[in-house]
Amino acid sequence: MRGAKSAKWVVGAIVVAMAATACGGGNKDDDEGSAAVDPNGVFSYYNTEPQRGLIPTNTNEVGGHYMMANMFRGLVSFDIDNKLQMAQAQSVDTTDNQHYTVKLKPGWKFHNGETVTANSFVKAWNWAANAKNAQLNSSWYESIKGYEDVHPEKGDPKADTMSGLKVVNDNEFTIELSRPVSTFKQRLYYDAFFPLPEAFYKDPKAFGEHPIGNGPYKMEGSWAHKVELKVRKFADYKGDDKPKNGGIDFKFYSKDDAAYADLLSDKIDIMYQVPNSQVGKFQQDLGKRAISQAYGGNTNIGFPLYDKEWGKPEKAKVRQGLSMAIDRETIAKTALKGSKDAATGFTPKGIPGWQDGACGEFCKFDPAKAKDLIKQGGGVPGNKVTITYNADGANKEWVDAVCNDIRQNAGVECVTDAKSTFQESRDLITEKKLSNPFRMAWVMDFPNIANFVTEQFRTGAGANDMGYSNKDVDALMNKADEAKTPEEANKGYFEAEKKLMEDMPAIPLFTDHTVAGYSKRVQNVKIDYQRQAIWTEVEVKK
Amino acid sequence: MGRFVARRLLQMIPVFIGTTLLIFLMVYSLPGDPVKAMFGTKAADPATVAKLRHDYGLDKPLIQQYWDYISGLFQGDFGQSFTGRPVADLLADAFPVTIRLALFAFVIELVFGIGLGVLTGLRRGKFLDQAVLIFTLIVVSIPVFVLGNMAQFLIGVKWKLVSPTVRDSEDLTQLILPAVVLALLSLAYVTRLTRTTVAENLRADYIRTAVAKGLPRRRVVGVHLMRNSLIPVVTFLGTDLGMLMGGAIVTEGIFNVPGVGNTLYQAVITSEGPTVVGVVTVLVLVYLVSSLVVDLLYAVLDPRIRYA
Repeated sequence: MRGAKSAKWVVGAIVVAMAATACGGGNKDDDEGSAAVDPNGVFSYYNTEPQRGLIPTNTNEVGGHYMMANMFRGLVSFDIDNKLQMAQAQSVDTTDNQHYTVKLKPGWKFHNGETVTANSFVKAWNWAANAKNAQLNSSWYESIKGYEDVHPEKGDPKADTMSGLKVVNDNEFTIELSRPVSTFKQRLYYDAFFPLPEAFYKDPKAFGEHPIGNGPYKMEGSWAHKVELKVRKFADYKGDDKPKNGGIDFKFYSKDDAAYADLLSDKIDIMYQVPNSQVGKFQQDLGKRAISQAYGGNTNIGFPLYDKEWGKPEKAKVRQGLSMAIDRETIAKTALKGSKDAATGFTPKGIPGWQDGACGEFCKFDPAKAKDLIKQGGGVPGNKVTITYNADGANKEWVDAVCNDIRQNAGVECVTDAKSTFQESRDLITEKKLSNPFRMAWVMDFPNIANFVTEQFRTGAGANDMGYSNKDVDALMNKADEAKTPEEANKGYFEAEKKLMEDMPAIPLFTDHTVAGYSKRVQNVKIDYQRQAIWTEVEVKK
Repeated sequence: MGRFVARRLLQMIPVFIGTTLLIFLMVYSLPGDPVKAMFGTKAADPATVAKLRHDYGLDKPLIQQYWDYISGLFQGDFGQSFTGRPVADLLADAFPVTIRLALFAFVIELVFGIGLGVLTGLRRGKFLDQAVLIFTLIVVSIPVFVLGNMAQFLIGVKWKLVSPTVRDSEDLTQLILPAVVLALLSLAYVTRLTRTTVAENLRADYIRTAVAKGLPRRRVVGVHLMRNSLIPVVTFLGTDLGMLMGGAIVTEGIFNVPGVGNTLYQAVITSEGPTVVGVVTVLVLVYLVSSLVVDLLYAVLDPRIRYA
């Protein structure tokens, strides 16, 4: 009896305690979606000062892209689950992946009142592909027929327009490619394919300071360089994704730590990337307002296959061995505090076309097998692994950890070689000056397995830093390029990805995370695989 | 006096040419290709690279690039930055912000540094003197990024007394925190320097004479003592103003102040020759002018120093 009595007391005490904590702790954060919303409320967004004028065909970095993504709408877009959606296009049809017919939704307007027509797209792409205009995104049009006429390797363009683009009428145009590309529809998502109004051609430079787009938000006031840029809801926006807020103030920061201090004080509302130094504690700081989820980017170690030693065919075994000496899971949990996930291949989980096990056993941690494989391949050239990386990004932690693993588990000497800037390390890599492995990363341009497999591993591809070339892999990619359905294409690219592991030109290490947070002023904050908030969905509390 | 100033002004010309050339060469020798770096992890398209290099004049020999730059400078053209904006605009954005911040910090230094220095110098060995000594020692030994981040976290984030970053550089209340952080280190030096010279000069003959003459204490300290004691302090303050104008890169980064330090840092990272040289050119001028002003102040403070 006595025991029962005291047990009752204990239960009673627990109930009281629970009630107390529920009252005390539950009201600090408003629950999702419970507060009244101000449809014209403006929220602020962490960003970095765009590196160049805001012209979509010349924007290839995050700071500028976020502005473009709000002020413009391309033909297609992706939803939060990476599903392809029609945006400004009514339909994009093809039967052979080489000839496309694009029909526009009629009646869309640019922010200055101009109507968006087929010509807004065709003229913009022709202008940007022209070598004379030196647009950084010009290579995006290279699959369109007639590209080499407007953009020859050397010398002046022979034509002003690409023969593959034809305007049918105001709301329809056709695209002919020089070869079938099964992911061309997905590629149309990229900033390079946005439309431009006539006002642009009068003064591109002025346009770069004050862009005029066809997107849900239009620019307000002028761009206060290095301070902020404001966009507001565009009343004439015809798209389905009408903003649930009044607009966005993009605040520019040179150091993300400063922005994080502002986020903690509710001075900025959304930060899509909390600083590396805070990854260990941001969930504690922000509670329910912390976001940690998969992101379409990866981190790998590339090898200089153009190098005499590393280029020998038997060294594939050495690379596989080194790969098996790395305990990815543990590094991701400890050194990286969960800000990355162990990779299962080159494609991050959640990307259309991803399948488990591309890397198979070669990405499993097995020190005994690792040593064995390295021995079979005749050992590491020079008996030492040197990993080159850039110290101005958040790389030191994982490079040090990977090197430690190689030293301990493969019994191979490993040193890290930090270059002070990204620019410096890129120069060494692209000029093929390195004779040792290096950090290699990829952030997707559009969510599809093809973007992870073809851009870095096809013979002669632009981002093939390893100088890797394998006819069988190329053949698999070409077959996937010509596939009739997206499913079939995805399968084909996965085959290529699996085939890559036999040579292992690069060791797949990690896929990245979005580690983000938001303030108490906003709710309904969702972040997609491109590390962008679904801006139009954000609700500002009253 | 006039001849002295004229000579000093003439000396500025070779210094100016030498520094700009040096900086130009240094930026040029930074590793990496700034144009190719614009493509990020993507392959740099050769036709586009060639066109951009031509547009920025990077395809000319270095000496010609330098000549074009200097001749442009005399027509008031600071060149183009890789962002597509004229460098003159970048400077016009950044310098007012840094000048505001620097002057704010400078005033704090001047008032508190000299004030505390004189007080402790007059009361050597007393409690206040000891306390200030310990305080300055602590300030001198803490690196500025620790100080800055601590101040930001405690005062800005935790106690919410001020905004943790500068959101409007024209609002002086937002500049208080970075200005204090910026000033503290030099303030410690100024305090100690003033204290030492005041303490030394207190024993000087002319002070004894002044006291013996029956001058009021205010006059003894305020005029006779201060005038002589300030010479080393003024020297330090002069060079320090140049330092402050150079943009405290660390402090500006912590508090997100879009000033000179920030601009310079970004420009170095992206190897933007014209921007780096533009910023440094202005800074060299600031240094030269402030050291000239310091030299002229000597004569004002101490009649025994005369420039023939």
